[in-house]
Amino acid sequence: MPALEVGTKAPDFELEASGERTVGLSAMLKEGKNVVVAFYPAAFSPVCGDELSVFQEALDEFERLDAQVIAISVDNIWSVDAFARAKGITFALLADFHPKGAVAEKYGVMNSDLGLAERALFIVDPQGVIRYSYVSPMLENPGADRLLDALEQMRKKRA
Amino acid sequence: MSEAHQEQQEHRLRAPVSDDDWSRGPADAPVTLVEYLDYECPHCQAMHPVLERLGHAHRDKLRLVVRHFPVASSHPHATDAALAAEAAGRQGKFWDVHDLLFGHPGRLAPEDLLNHARQLGLDLRRFEDDLNDPQLTRKIEEQKRQGVRSGVNGTPTLFLNGVRYDGPRDVESLSQAVAEAGKAADLRG
Repeated sequence: MPALEVGTKAPDFELEASGERTVGLSAMLKEGKNVVVAFYPAAFSPVCGDELSVFQEALDEFERLDAQVIAISVDNIWSVDAFARAKGITFALLADFHPKGAVAEKYGVMNSDLGLAERALFIVDPQGVIRYSYVSPMLENPGADRLLDALEQMRKKRA
Repeated sequence: MSEAHQEQQEHRLRAPVSDDDWSRGPADAPVTLVEYLDYECPHCQAMHPVLERLGHAHRDKLRLVVRHFPVASSHPHATDAALAAEAAGRQGKFWDVHDLLFGHPGRLAPEDLLNHARQLGLDLRRFEDDLNDPQLTRKIEEQKRQGVRSGVNGTPTLFLNGVRYDGPRDVESLSQAVAEAGKAADLRG
């Protein structure tokens, strides 16, 4: 299944997350903000730290554009928790561990050959509809600029 | 790997190089390389001698610009180090501190930064005042914000004539990229 496309209803999920949290999409959407859902291959893989660190550094920008950020990998909760602490990541890192990759599968970004989630970015609007969808080459750190651009476009359309 | 929604997108510098930037090399150089860096980042550390050699090899046609991107979430001293470079810059010693910071990895604690300033003969009282000047903090924050918007996706991130450079970071590859950017600039006249 290819990655879910713009205009699709975002499948709901609820997973354990770093910082002893349980994070659910529908609960987050109730706050009336957009939710950036970033899938990444694995905690402690050589590129991810940078990607998530950039998101961390850009949190104020995401906030300014009415978006919350969460990131999902197929690692177990202890691993993502250690990763969050090592990198100073304060937003929620979700463990899509059991059944492994079930959420990534729903979003069409589970790479079953490698047993890892693709490096993929989605923006879900407060109505629960996917407004942005992008799959990055696995070794390429996608950065935050395209997400911030997309959020800015969404804001313009609403205005 | 899924090919869905693959797009080739150039990442471009949103904030053009200006007189507010720290730069080395001729101001009218046909090629400008902007580096977003973090003084606590080991990859930036490794980049430093490479860029020095690159600058030397292309000294007539390359201008090197550095901007701050302290990844404060994982590098607790990075912002202070950036402030130290900026504060030294107010006394005309930005590049000296820049070189000292990369020349002495791991020495970024407050007392180390003061030692660097002392070693360079800076006015220490003024240096300490400037370290606490909110204007410098804002400058660094703004560079970081612009960096994120331009596609900085970690440190170091390089831009060659305004376009993000994602190629290999050895001297030879970069040298070739600089030469190509120079040719492209010539063609545009």
